[in-house]
Amino acid sequence: MLRDTWTEATRNLRVVPRSPDLMIFALVQPVMFVLLFVYVFGGSIEIPGFATYQQYLLPGIFAQTVLFGSGFTGAGVAEDMQKGLIERLRSLPMSQSAVLIGRTVSDLVRNTVTFAVMLLVGFFVGFRFEGSIPAAVAASALLLGFGYAFSWIMALIGLSVSSVETVNSAGFVWMFPITFVSSTFVDPSTFPTPLRWFADINPFTAATNASRALYNGYSPGRDLLLSIGWAIGISVVFGYLANRRFARANRT
Amino acid sequence: METIGLAKRFKDVEALRGLDLVIAEATVLGVLGPNGAGKTTAVRILTTLLRPDGGRAFVDGIDVVAEPHRVRARIGLTGQDAAVDERLTGRENLDYVGRLHHLGPRMSRQRAGELLDQFDLADAGDRVVKGYSGGMRRRLDIAMSLVARPSVLFLDEPTTGLDPRSRLAMWDLIADLVAEGTTTLLTTQNLEEADRLADRIAVINRGSVIAEGGPDELKQRMGGSRIEIEVRDPADADGAVEALWPLCAEGCRVRRQGRVVTLPVTDGAQLVPEVVRAMDAAGIAIDDVAMRRPTLDDVFLNLTGHRADEAQDQAPEPARP
Repeated sequence: MLRDTWTEATRNLRVVPRSPDLMIFALVQPVMFVLLFVYVFGGSIEIPGFATYQQYLLPGIFAQTVLFGSGFTGAGVAEDMQKGLIERLRSLPMSQSAVLIGRTVSDLVRNTVTFAVMLLVGFFVGFRFEGSIPAAVAASALLLGFGYAFSWIMALIGLSVSSVETVNSAGFVWMFPITFVSSTFVDPSTFPTPLRWFADINPFTAATNASRALYNGYSPGRDLLLSIGWAIGISVVFGYLANRRFARANRT
Repeated sequence: METIGLAKRFKDVEALRGLDLVIAEATVLGVLGPNGAGKTTAVRILTTLLRPDGGRAFVDGIDVVAEPHRVRARIGLTGQDAAVDERLTGRENLDYVGRLHHLGPRMSRQRAGELLDQFDLADAGDRVVKGYSGGMRRRLDIAMSLVARPSVLFLDEPTTGLDPRSRLAMWDLIADLVAEGTTTLLTTQNLEEADRLADRIAVINRGSVIAEGGPDELKQRMGGSRIEIEVRDPADADGAVEALWPLCAEGCRVRRQGRVVTLPVTDGAQLVPEVVRAMDAAGIAIDDVAMRRPTLDDVFLNLTGHRADEAQDQAPEPARP
């Protein structure tokens, strides 16, 4: 199974450098968000406990970047479905779960590269690791793990809709609310009650808060355990659902 | 390879009702039928993609339901869409499938090279598939299903959607494969294709076999070819019918429709000059004379009493998600 996963992951990674435009577009959006929020809104946003808005904003942007990056999983799976490649794979004597695991692992690698670039952008606009280096590494790993978990949700969506365009729109329908109604850009304590309630239970808030605390040298408290729990929970549940769906794809 | 009483139901459509098929080793079985006859459903059951509701299916004596994994190691599948990764090169696609067959890196590379040569893709092998023509994609697709030297090759409508030239090239290619002794199940809607490539033909309609036999045997039973002449002056048509009667075998009827007069024949080609001579002798001017081979429509008309496209409405092939 490991060998098949490796074969699948390398197939997906091999083509990344061949379509640099995809990688660039994956970066344009978060970079634009950084510039907009830091320079347009930044001047009028002050958040207690953070020396600059950058210290607050950038962890949120990182989290949003890895979440949007998981959209590649859905698009990739849908494309393979559309092209009939999944049918071929299902008729091969390979480990069937390797197809989706290979896909999510390669998207994790791709997400890591995007994330590294965003870190550099962050440094460029004045974001700093205020805590220890290990804490910053832990924060980054937490966010990437969170993105990996969401890859499984996208894989399930990709298998269900089987058209790249639909995956993209279906992804944005829930990705925008989940990133905006959270602590990504501003402190949710100013939200109206229903939104604040949503932001509080939003797993995205927990992940952003935990990594933000780690980057800034604070204790992440219960947010750390909560976000790790979310990431594992989502991976397990959606990993199971996606693999079951894969095994039954077209089987009706 | 063998199926016994295979049955499959999709919601309110019975796609297969007791389908029996057998292929002898190193031969080609042509499964001929209109859209919705159950061809693809049968292929998908045999290639472990779909579970039958009833009946059994074996590849190399292995039950496809009980041991799908062992069956997968022995089959090659080329479906209706070219299942290739467009972003990879032809060589990478082949190498990739070889690795998934666990041939190992060296063997996979070697096999990729061989297949590129065999399928006339050596020059294009290192180009990304996105730039391939439809015919090239289809060739690569078939090459990909041969990577692990399968004991049964499934070709599901391999020439559907190809232009006439690519179709002819594909026929030559399949004929070569067949000559090498690849046991093949070929589905098609095209009678000529089945005739050219298959050793035996099973005509299926609404999920079961309605006729089976060698191509010649079947053509006889289906009503063979016919010669059609088009007379210049419609008034001559009756005279033409009269003049052609002597050429008609026993039990056959010459028909006319407007300016077109049709003579059913069993061994057509030799009769064409005689037909022309007969017209000449009767002093009838003709605009056109042609041999027409039976089409799938004729076959169905003969076997079932209704046209192929009527069957389509009653048993649509399930849409593939």
